[in-house]
Amino acid sequence: MHTRRHFLGLTAGLSLAALAGCGTTGAAPAASAPKAGGRLRAAFAGGGAKEVLDPHLANLFVEAARSKALFDKLADLGPDVSAQPRLAERWEPDATLTRWRITLRQAAFHDGRPVRAEDVLASYARILDPNRAFRAKSSLALVDLANSRAVDERTVEFALERPFIEFPNALAAFGAYIVPAGAEDFAAPVGSGPFRFVSFEPGKSVLLKKNPDYWEGAPHLDELEFVIANEESARANALLGGQVQYAHDLTPTTARSHTGSDRMAIHRSPNSAVQAFAMKLDRPPFDDRDLREAMFLLADRPQLVESVLAGSGQVANDLFGKGYQYYADDIPQRARDLDKAKFLIRKAGAEGLTVKLDTSTAAAGMVEAATVFADQAKGSGLTIEVVTGNKDSYWADTLKNGSLSSFRSGAMPIETHIAQRLLSDAGTNVTKWSRPEFDDLYRRAVSTVDGAERGGLYAEMQRSLHAEGGYLMWGFADWIVGASPNVGGISTAPANTLDWARFDKVWLG
Amino acid sequence: MSLRRYAVRRLAIGAVQVLAVVTVVFLLVQALPGDAAVALAGDNPDPRRIGEIRAAMGLDRPALDRFGSWLWGLAHGDLGVSLVSGRPVVAFLLDGLGPTLVLAVLALVLLVPLSVLLGVVAALREGGVVDRITTAITVGLHSIPEFALAVVLIALFGVHLRWLPPTAVGADLLAQPAVLVLPLVVLLARPVCSISRLVRAGMIDALASDHVRHARRLGIGAQRIRFAHALPNALAPAVQQVARTTDWLLGGVIVVEAVFVVPGLGTILVDAVAARDLPVVQGLAVVFAVTTVLVNLVADLIGFRLAPRSVAIA
Repeated sequence: MHTRRHFLGLTAGLSLAALAGCGTTGAAPAASAPKAGGRLRAAFAGGGAKEVLDPHLANLFVEAARSKALFDKLADLGPDVSAQPRLAERWEPDATLTRWRITLRQAAFHDGRPVRAEDVLASYARILDPNRAFRAKSSLALVDLANSRAVDERTVEFALERPFIEFPNALAAFGAYIVPAGAEDFAAPVGSGPFRFVSFEPGKSVLLKKNPDYWEGAPHLDELEFVIANEESARANALLGGQVQYAHDLTPTTARSHTGSDRMAIHRSPNSAVQAFAMKLDRPPFDDRDLREAMFLLADRPQLVESVLAGSGQVANDLFGKGYQYYADDIPQRARDLDKAKFLIRKAGAEGLTVKLDTSTAAAGMVEAATVFADQAKGSGLTIEVVTGNKDSYWADTLKNGSLSSFRSGAMPIETHIAQRLLSDAGTNVTKWSRPEFDDLYRRAVSTVDGAERGGLYAEMQRSLHAEGGYLMWGFADWIVGASPNVGGISTAPANTLDWARFDKVWLG
Repeated sequence: MSLRRYAVRRLAIGAVQVLAVVTVVFLLVQALPGDAAVALAGDNPDPRRIGEIRAAMGLDRPALDRFGSWLWGLAHGDLGVSLVSGRPVVAFLLDGLGPTLVLAVLALVLLVPLSVLLGVVAALREGGVVDRITTAITVGLHSIPEFALAVVLIALFGVHLRWLPPTAVGADLLAQPAVLVLPLVVLLARPVCSISRLVRAGMIDALASDHVRHARRLGIGAQRIRFAHALPNALAPAVQQVARTTDWLLGGVIVVEAVFVVPGLGTILVDAVAARDLPVVQGLAVVFAVTTVLVNLVADLIGFRLAPRSVAIA
């Protein structure tokens, strides 16, 4: 998902400096018990007038949050980033794991029509249309639509092209929303979600009202309005000025200076975004395992978390998905060891070498992290030279070019992370990790029914990534949201998961 | 050459200029790294998916071919559709034009009388207390960049004192005029300074000129000399500066739009360039180029009316 760069980064700092003298102290009053009614205005960064309400085209955080308010998926990601049933009441694979029977919940679209098996098949057919490029397409690519069928109104049977125990992850994929069969015009979208559509002004606002008949119970709020403010400082100011009650995606600096304020309550969702450097294994100099280990040992992770994330995060251990299902918690945490790093750099024959570290402002904190890391490498024999590239084409550029680059990723199941980034034929394999035995472990894991055995295979994959992989993952950033102190029910589940931006559970006290 | 022939000729040159601007913009956007498909794919740059997006957007056609058909459309008054959303470019321009026009028109309505008044008062009391105070304030204000002034005003009046809304987020500008106060102050700060300084200098020159001295010798009243004889001459140089300011305002002042959350033309431009949404960028280039040509033509014509000798019509 895109994070918008704050091109006026300076203004946030200045605004804070100006405020420092007039800050108020005292803890924010806790929001009261759930209360019905009212309109909540939520400020998000947006994509301007090109924004769309088609949930299959959703790309930005604001589009994901709006899609979630208007539509449902068959499954979504729970607090441990594993798939939880949503519109699907339950799922049962057959013994081969290639046929999945999905029973739909009794739910209705906003126009009163029931959500049927046919709508599910039509939605997936739309996403898989070979002439289009919807984001969820790659996740659903293993669905064999021709051989899938509607058993009855509320039962779908999916045929898969290969055994896949993690099929619920695909049902929960970003953008895999269920729309009424035949829906193509989303000017006034009709979904099955907790809110109904009222009005849309691209690049400015979307107004929704509560769906009293929502299958999971009606939302507390009467109305929900998404407004667009691209600058982080503007979102914070609008919240402080009482113009909005929820400001999405604030910086750690803003959070730090408003902790304990009576005008802004800070909500942190830990483990929301991993911060990393990606080394490419298919080319010098990081085709040398010793040099990769030297890099792992050069990073002073606590210092990176403290300086780049302003303390709003935790150190990482070169593995994706801390706190998520299957995360290998038992692997010891790496710490800085300059002497050993120097030794390994000499051993790899890399003494005196200068390596370019590609970075950009495509995601918050990347340039800062690159600069701090380059500083940490001083005196090791290896020189890291930070090169700032174009933010708009950054991810495509660093997928192909260079040998070392800044990286960050939002939450997704560990299985999805592996499938998209670490298999030989993965589409976004930035570290060029390509090992037949690893691919084989993955294939075995996703076709293993027994949970404990599968867990063992995931642990083995993570051990090999930790020892020899190309991702130097140094931190997990908190996702930071600001809200008026009277707003209750804001969850701290990781961004991108079900309970993130879950406005049907929020109330105005 | 008559004024009318002059205007027609300027318009013809203007059309060529617009075409040149649009071509240069097209080439510049082509020269940027990445295209709309790469920008849209973002942090999920699977080459297969980028290829599919590119095909869906028609970006697999040669650049010249796309530019040619866009120009052909332009000749028919069709600005095309956004690559990313498929919405007509005209809809984007209309969305952004509203907020930009509201700010620009209000700023100009306040700017012209205010700066002329300040300039005249300072000139008539040249070297006096009023002159020195206005000079100090205007020179000081002029040296503060828009964003710095905006941030300070928001922090003080929007957040700390809560006198005014800190942003215009989600607001209907005309229905809630309070949201316009801080952006207008920021937009006015620098132009008021530069234009009032020009009026002051022009007025001082005009009051010392031969024809004003001659008018005095003829016994014409002081007020009439100041406002009917000196002022029009003093305004001619300021008109050019007002034109430049108008052009700047109509382009959508990006910094002010961003800090105050006013979704005008500047915001649309920033978003369109970041998304490499070429048809939208080109549509904006047409609008900006046409505005510049027209504003400058009008300024020249007004300048000619005010002081026929001061504008060289070649």
